[in-house]
Amino acid sequence: MLLEGKIAWVTGASRGIGKAIAIELAAQGAELVLAARSEEHLAETAEQIRAKTGREPFLLGYDVADLSGIKQAFVHFQGKYKQLDILVNNAGVMEDALLPMVTQAQFQNTMNVNVQAAIFHMQYAARLMMRKKSGSIINISSIMGQVGNAGQVVYAASKAAVVGATRSASKELAPLNIRVNAVAPGFIETDLTNQLSSQKYAEKVNGIKMGRVGTAEEVAKVVLFLSSDWSSYVTGQVIGVDGGMIV
Amino acid sequence: MEEKLRNIFATALDIPAEKVVDDLEFNSIPEWDSIGHLALIAALDEAFGIMMETEDVIDLSSFKKAKEILAKYGVEA
Repeated sequence: MLLEGKIAWVTGASRGIGKAIAIELAAQGAELVLAARSEEHLAETAEQIRAKTGREPFLLGYDVADLSGIKQAFVHFQGKYKQLDILVNNAGVMEDALLPMVTQAQFQNTMNVNVQAAIFHMQYAARLMMRKKSGSIINISSIMGQVGNAGQVVYAASKAAVVGATRSASKELAPLNIRVNAVAPGFIETDLTNQLSSQKYAEKVNGIKMGRVGTAEEVAKVVLFLSSDWSSYVTGQVIGVDGGMIV
Repeated sequence: MEEKLRNIFATALDIPAEKVVDDLEFNSIPEWDSIGHLALIAALDEAFGIMMETEDVIDLSSFKKAKEILAKYGVEA
C-alpha cells in the first residue's frame, strides 16, 4: 500500500471532499487523524474507516478558526504520536455574497477558516515533519481562486490566498524535504452542490469540457498522489481537478 | 541539563558543541539561519515534549535566551 506506516491529518474530515480524502488515505495504509468542529461530526467517517481498514482513527474536535484550538490539537496529537507525515488542509467555508453585500464578519470568518487555519496548521505540522526531514502538505484551494465567480469575491480571494501560501511555504520547506502542494477542485458533487436549482446545476455543467461534475473521490485520488512518494519530486504546484473547466 | 541543551543545539544546527555558548545568536553563523531555526525548534519540541508558542519561537534568538524560554515550559538548564 502506498501510505503504509504514514500518519495523515485531514481537517474538515466529517463530510464531502475531506471525508473522501480521509477514507482514500486510510485505504492506502495511512493511520488517520480526523479533524472537525466536534468529534461527533466525525463518527460517520471514522466508522467507514474502521469498516474498510479495521484501524481506529484518532479524532480531534476543534474549531479551526480558533488559533488556540489548533495549538491544543497539535499538543494533544504530540502526546500520542511522534511524527506527522501528511497534512491535508481541507476545512473550508463558502459563504456567497455579491460585492455590495459583503460584510466584515463574513470576510473575517472566511479568511480565518480558509486561510489562517491552513497557514497555522502548516506551521505546526512543519515542526513535526522536521523531525524526519520528510512530509507532504496538501492545501485544498478551488478553481474559483484562479478564475473567480460572481458572488464569490471573498471565497475566491481566500482560495487564491491558499495558492500564494502554498507556493511560499513550498519554497521555505523544500530544503527540509517537506513538499507543499495545492489541489484546486472544480465543480464537485457534494451536499453543497446538491442544493443548487436544476437550472443553476445545468449552467454549471455546461461550462465543464468533460460534460459532468466531478466526485469527491476523484479529488481524493489526486490528494493521494500528492501524499505519496509517487509525487516525491513535486512541490509548489496547484493541480486542478475540474474536468477541463479552465482549459 | 545545560549540556543536554547544548548537544541539541549542536546536533540541530550541525555545529560542534564548543560553539554553543550563551552569546551564540540567530543569524550569527551560517548554520543558524531560518532553516536552521526551524530544525532547532523541532528538535527542542521533540526533546522536551513541548510545543512552543509562536512568540517564543520568534523570541528564541540566542542560546542564553533559549534557556530562559525553556524554563517557562518547566525545562531548567
